[in-house]
Amino acid sequence: MSDSVTRAVGRSRDEGDRLTTVTLHVNHQERRLAVDPRTSLLDALREQLRLGGTKKGCDHGQCGACTVLVNGRRVNSCLTLAVMHEGDDVVTIEGLGDPGDLHPLQAAFVECDGFQCGYCTPGQIVSAVGMLGEVAAGWPSHATADVADPRIALTDEEIRERMSGNLCRCAAYPNIVAAIRGAAAGGPG
Amino acid sequence: MITGRALNRVDGPLKVTGRATYAYEQWEAGRPLYGVVVGATIGKGRITRIETAGAERAPGVRMVLTHRNAPAQGPRDESVQFEYWRAQPVLTGPDVRHHGEPVAFVVATTFEQARGAAGLVRVEYAEGRGRFDFAAHEAEAYVPEVVNAGLPADTAVGDFAAGFAGAPVRIDRRYTTPYAFSMPMEPHACLAEPRGEDLVVHVSCQIVDAAWASVAATLGIAPERVHIVSPYVGGGFGSKLGVHAETILAALAARELRRPVKVALTRQQLFQLVGLRPTSSQRVRLGAGRDGRLAAIAHDVTMHTSPDVEYAEQTAATSRSLYAAPHRATSHRLTPLDLPRGADVRAPGEAPGLLAVESAMDELADALGMDPVELRIRNEPDVDPERGVPYSDRHLVDCLREGARRFGWKHRPATPASVREGRWLVGYGMSAAIRGHFQGPTAVRVRLEPDGTAVVRTDMTDLGTGTYTILTQVAADGLGLPPDRVRTELGRSGYPRSWGSGGSWGAANSATAADRACAALRGQLLDAARSDPRSPLYGSAPADAVFADGRVRVGDASEALDEIVRRHHPEGLEAVGETAFMGDDPNYAAYSIHTYGAHFAEVGVDADTAEVRLRRMLGVFSVGRVLNPKTARSQLIGGMIWGLGAALEEEAVVDPRSGAFVTRDLANYLIPVHADVPDVEAVILDGHDARANPLGAKGIGELGICGAGAAIANAVYNATGVRVRDFPITLEKLLPGLPVDV
Repeated sequence: MSDSVTRAVGRSRDEGDRLTTVTLHVNHQERRLAVDPRTSLLDALREQLRLGGTKKGCDHGQCGACTVLVNGRRVNSCLTLAVMHEGDDVVTIEGLGDPGDLHPLQAAFVECDGFQCGYCTPGQIVSAVGMLGEVAAGWPSHATADVADPRIALTDEEIRERMSGNLCRCAAYPNIVAAIRGAAAGGPG
Repeated sequence: MITGRALNRVDGPLKVTGRATYAYEQWEAGRPLYGVVVGATIGKGRITRIETAGAERAPGVRMVLTHRNAPAQGPRDESVQFEYWRAQPVLTGPDVRHHGEPVAFVVATTFEQARGAAGLVRVEYAEGRGRFDFAAHEAEAYVPEVVNAGLPADTAVGDFAAGFAGAPVRIDRRYTTPYAFSMPMEPHACLAEPRGEDLVVHVSCQIVDAAWASVAATLGIAPERVHIVSPYVGGGFGSKLGVHAETILAALAARELRRPVKVALTRQQLFQLVGLRPTSSQRVRLGAGRDGRLAAIAHDVTMHTSPDVEYAEQTAATSRSLYAAPHRATSHRLTPLDLPRGADVRAPGEAPGLLAVESAMDELADALGMDPVELRIRNEPDVDPERGVPYSDRHLVDCLREGARRFGWKHRPATPASVREGRWLVGYGMSAAIRGHFQGPTAVRVRLEPDGTAVVRTDMTDLGTGTYTILTQVAADGLGLPPDRVRTELGRSGYPRSWGSGGSWGAANSATAADRACAALRGQLLDAARSDPRSPLYGSAPADAVFADGRVRVGDASEALDEIVRRHHPEGLEAVGETAFMGDDPNYAAYSIHTYGAHFAEVGVDADTAEVRLRRMLGVFSVGRVLNPKTARSQLIGGMIWGLGAALEEEAVVDPRSGAFVTRDLANYLIPVHADVPDVEAVILDGHDARANPLGAKGIGELGICGAGAAIANAVYNATGVRVRDFPITLEKLLPGLPVDV
């Protein structure tokens, strides 16, 4: 190794960055963090709280793998800084269910084979939870026939339109739609 | 039988709850350091000056590596047969061979610090004159010695020129396919962790054995000191067959700093550092009689290659086994460009090759006024037309007929651009599918514990392909155990070595090896019981033995497996099963072994905007025996949707001035999203290919994409009367030709 590397290795400069404290309510637990203000909500979840279920697929809001619920609404956690969420409620995939006690959407994804590699899957499921809430609240989408009607039928077109921010390169899309449709109807898919 | 049932994925509950831990998410070694790769901002040239002092002084920075201080690494060794096993040195010198090539690597305490410091590395270059424009340099193409998979670059049977000249109906067309990327959802990632003199490498990879060999050779350390761990892989599609800069740099830094170091490539770096499907220009010539029978077929392909690492996708090989014709020729040519290297992307060869060949067949059907399904049936060969050997188990015609029936092909508009529904022009298209089946050396160990549970271990990976599930099923059947008493553990070096996941060979290799391991265990168990006076099976005839419900039965007598194990092998009993390299398996010389399918698609094309919408799609496939119809269907559907991407969306565009891909993210390199994908269904015909392996199973992971894009392209032609030969079919290519009077 050259001198310049050895010099750099010899000096630890962690103290140089000023940290900011922020309190998040993550999966119904209060979590107080000291973060670099540049830290995205995604990296705070993954690297500080070690909640690796929220995935980093593109780190700039184009793939949806990092979807979490913030105060009940789905957001791309890579596109927002942790320090912007003082006091916010954050729900990640880990907060929805456990392997032995699956959320109905999680169970439907298993039953319908709504995933292959599994990397986009937490984002798909969290996004679906948020999306079903948006439909129930009467928010129209591009696929909604009558945007003035607050009762929105959960057609496959609605599901596809509203889930299009969540990419799946394994292309499990038909199975994901079946899982969401089934879970929304109260069945396993 | 558990095998053949639609068992849910055994790793499903972990994946849907976010508990499956991928390479970057391992915490057992404690808090790691974070590495960020800095890429070249020119496409060709030399680094003249590189200033790292600013980065080194930045908070938290532990190391800045450049070519000036990078540790010595092993060279790429061409004598190693398969390239993914070779050393992959990085930061080897001042030369820049393509845009984005690593020029520096910054390690810091946090990700934010490393990323911030990476922006402080100052690099000056002497920019060279690069070759970036494929069309401008196509004439400089050369003949490679061989193409991918060791296939010959050129082949010829009969006299193509004479056969083509004498054919009453001729098609002579050129098709192009773009640069395309695997783009798995999990970016390439590695966490390297020093443990004493050893190095534990958590890496997202398709072939553990290759990663193991490659890391050891690059770092110049004894292979037994390297331990690869890859239990979950967030997609690969070819791009993780070998390891890349992230793994080598994490490993180098971890060794130097004596700390765990982790690195993930950015999404943009996936467009630079992990290989891509070469762009291709394909000339297809078909000469046929008026009855549709092909007299001559030629497929000539020119592709780009990196001048440093030759990669020749076997695109023209696609047409070698597909249709009968007495006169035939194929060729591959390579044009060196100063771009990232070509590499295997899902279904190398067939994916781009069938886009061209199956479009040309549609053009021929149109010229003949013949149904495209019937044209393909008329050209069904009796034996492999180039190799002259019989097919092992070919059911292409069954796929065509069953697909046509299920899809309602008879309702296809006979005349292009003749059906309009509101603002939509509607058309049907179809394509045949073929994909070579490969076999490679794979070993699986099955262990029966004294408690009567079984553990299956191999360094095989599960990319989402379903390996955990199918090996659990095969071992459950092999030992007569319920699947919940079988545990499958994958993705660690030290487990029996496999060819990993790639080329669609993973399932057949590992399931066959697991089946053989179980057979060996059954023999050992039975021998122990039959020779033991304490066993109810003492002296029984082995031929009648049945293993079921955790017991072995001979006639009316039976004994529980766990009792036999505890009495004779209190530590547990294990056996290893193996598969051989296909070159050493006589069946692969004696037979032409493939999988087959037929795709049917209906599209709507907006009469005003030329927007193409896939309306529905069906694939019917013949893949030998299906080990799990649920996971098999998912893979096939996924492949078909890749075909949708190839037909309509996916295209990486090079800036010919800089050699940079300008479509360097998922908002500009379009892949199918939910809204693009309607009902897509895959049907698998019952089958069993005894020549492929004793289980009768063949590969599935790539067949779905093969031909799928051509079926959609042919449907676009049927809807509009416009034939676009430059893929993907985007609006600006289709719109000028749309009928104006509709």
